Amino acid sequence: MEGDIVQMGAYIGAGLACMGMGGAAMGVGNVAGNFLAGALRNPSAAAGQTATLFIGIAFAEALGIFSFLVALLLMFAV
Amino acid sequence: MATEAHGAGEPGLVFHPMDQFMVKPLFGEGAVGVFTLTNVTLWMALTVLAIIALMVMGTSRRATIPSRTQSVVELLYDFIRKMVEDVAGKDALVFFPYIMTLFLFILFANFLGLLPMAFTTTSHIAVTAVMAMMVFLTVTVVGFVKHGAGFLGLFWVSSAPLALRPVLALIEVISYFVRPVSHSIRLAGNMMAGHAVVKVFAAFAPMILISTGIGIVVTPLSILAISTIYALEVLVAFIQAYVFTILTCVYLKDALHPSH
Repeated sequence: MEGDIVQMGAYIGAGLACMGMGGAAMGVGNVAGNFLAGALRNPSAAAGQTATLFIGIAFAEALGIFSFLVALLLMFAV
Repeated sequence: MATEAHGAGEPGLVFHPMDQFMVKPLFGEGAVGVFTLTNVTLWMALTVLAIIALMVMGTSRRATIPSRTQSVVELLYDFIRKMVEDVAGKDALVFFPYIMTLFLFILFANFLGLLPMAFTTTSHIAVTAVMAMMVFLTVTVVGFVKHGAGFLGLFWVSSAPLALRPVLALIEVISYFVRPVSHSIRLAGNMMAGHAVVKVFAAFAPMILISTGIGIVVTPLSILAISTIYALEVLVAFIQAYVFTILTCVYLKDALHPSH
């Protein structure tokens, strides 16, 4: 019985951790959208900034990956 | 936990989506030791062989008008060289062979992992953590060798107001030590999540077909989803190799020019 409750908690926690993915989605969308808005205003400068775009996306995405990691830990390590 | 899905009579997935990441010995059964040949060993060896084959075949003729293979090799070489020069500066070109090796290994491991029945070596945090730790140690050692104690100026944001600086220094130190964690988990997590999603849809297709009559609708949909996600995974495989490499360059820039 106790083990069942612990497992239920782990599963609920894993599901809750998935909310972090929404945050990562907003972050990545924000970075890409703002890049596109800037790129359409000045297309000649856009090509030189793609590296910055990917670095920004990578940093924004890292926190979403952390929430994924928490979900994995709850599912397989707790 | 993984075995519960295989319970008799329970309507579960045909196979567990995480089964593909299990490390198994190549020959026979039994425990995996330090020197056991496993599927990880096999696919890492194939990765290295594929890189050597491409590079040797591409550069063997060294024609003025490049063949197709040679064009690919030159494209990859120029791409990474330009990236190192643009992001980390000209004096970082000493590290170009190392960064090129990292990029090629991750790129080929990701792409080979996309083959059906293949094993994705980069989906294991053990593999990516070693690569990220190597980058972290390299960056730290290079920073201290080049600038001595001046490397610590990386944590002291001199453009900020004086009262804020200790707080910022604390945040900078934490973010510096989290780097290898996020660096490795980003790659492993992306590869693992993508492959698991493909396997989940692959398990949906036969399950619904067997248990109920609505399989006529759901099975083609899940097969369509597999194809779409697979196409996305090809893109992700390249982008993650690119991101890992460009972050290595960014960290290297911090070590070579630590001023804030």
